[in-house]
Amino acid sequence: MEYIKTSSPKSGVILIELNRPEKRNALNNATLQEIADCLQQLEADSAVKTVVITGNSQCFAAGADLNELSKLDVVSIQQDLRPQLWKRIDEFSKPLIMAINGYAFGAGFELALHGDIVLAGENAQFALPEIGLGMLPGAGGTQRLARLVGQQLTMRWAMTGEMISAQTALQHGITSQVCPVGLTVQYAVELAEKIAKQAPLAIRVIKQSLKSIHEVTLSQGLKLERQHFVWLAATQDRQEGINAFLEKRKPEFRGV
Amino acid sequence: MEYQTVIVEEKNAVGYLTFNRPQQLNSFNETMHKEVSSVLKAWSKDSNIRAVVISAEGRGFCAGQDLNDRVVDPNADAPDLGLSIEKYYNPLIKLITEMPKPVICAVNGVAAGAGANIALACDLVIAAKSASFIQAFCRLGLVPDSGGTWFLPRLVGRAQAMGLAMLGDKIPAEQAVQLGMIWQVVEDDALKAESQKMAEHLAKQPTYGLSLIKKAIHAAAHNNLDDQLILERDLQRLAGRSSDYREGVQAFMQKRTPEYKGC
Repeated sequence: MEYIKTSSPKSGVILIELNRPEKRNALNNATLQEIADCLQQLEADSAVKTVVITGNSQCFAAGADLNELSKLDVVSIQQDLRPQLWKRIDEFSKPLIMAINGYAFGAGFELALHGDIVLAGENAQFALPEIGLGMLPGAGGTQRLARLVGQQLTMRWAMTGEMISAQTALQHGITSQVCPVGLTVQYAVELAEKIAKQAPLAIRVIKQSLKSIHEVTLSQGLKLERQHFVWLAATQDRQEGINAFLEKRKPEFRGV
Repeated sequence: MEYQTVIVEEKNAVGYLTFNRPQQLNSFNETMHKEVSSVLKAWSKDSNIRAVVISAEGRGFCAGQDLNDRVVDPNADAPDLGLSIEKYYNPLIKLITEMPKPVICAVNGVAAGAGANIALACDLVIAAKSASFIQAFCRLGLVPDSGGTWFLPRLVGRAQAMGLAMLGDKIPAEQAVQLGMIWQVVEDDALKAESQKMAEHLAKQPTYGLSLIKKAIHAAAHNNLDDQLILERDLQRLAGRSSDYREGVQAFMQKRTPEYKGC
């Protein structure tokens, strides 16, 4: 892999680092393809419980690759494989944590919005600067952000390209925590480890339940949640979890 | 680089920035804003500079905005005073407060208006006995800017801050120390030597650790205790990874003077 580095800082946790610093981690097709391929592999690896994606201390990802974009006309852009790549990232079933230091602009912001949980360094800056190029966010930026923070702020940010500080992002639920820059990745990995120790099947249906909230009505969502709830009753981990609680010991989950 | 409005000197890891428009009591015009900002920006990133001293030439420290640069014709349209604040003063205050190294202000004479608040934005303020501080804004119908309304209540409490800001009296250096507005007063002819001594001392200290202290104390102004305790934990984590901390502990065990590198 040319544009990303992977490592396993804790048991069950994979850290993916975007590694194209000279281009400020611009998300060209090749990078996106590597992320999607990597996640697909991790999907199949039962030893992997959670994944953290990060950039470097100055930059998460400063947008798409404009050289690549400028070559596309209306015909070729219709056949572009990017939407497929984004879809594959979106379909990753294990918890995906984003550790954002520095710039998360355009596609970088949209990648962050694919995270189940986002941690931001104090120097994090989010923006949808596509408007300045006569474009609109094309990887869910208008959709996911509006569902997260509402129409008012999204209209404003998408129409102006204004920068959003880490504090503002925290205030509006784009991130769940702001960390000193030097600790963002560590805290994301620790959080990932904490989740990695939970019952994998329960984690899986929690993610499914939550990801469905913008797809279905509340009553359908409640039904879905109930089904997951019932389904978990058939798992050994649920029994283990309850037994451990009653016996005042730590549970040992096995994903069955 | 040639400067028209400031004197810039780098010596023993200390950066000395001296306002140099003594005829105008070192009041800010556009050139001075640009020069001060470019020097401070450069020092902020320069790891060879480990302490900064801001001082001034002549009998005054800084009289704030040079009013010759502003529209004061009573018949003209109202000027937008917010413009120069947004463009120059606010970024300057942030440069000082976010500078990851100690910033000392040596106040040699009258510090009025924005000039006073630029001094108060610095980490350690030493004033000459004959120096004074004036929140002159209220006399013209204006509001203390450059962080004045933020720094004053935090430094001296609300009652004193109101008095200073609404009455605009001239506060002598010795009274400023008693109020807790500044760190120290020295004899006029000792100001230069004392501020230099302090800067050279600080330039040999663990700069990274000092930058974290500065960050924590600034954050305390808006954090609640819970958040501040978390911040202290985080910053201590980072501090514990610095090579200066290692050196400090080693030097202590070996009973020698530590040699800090600032990182």
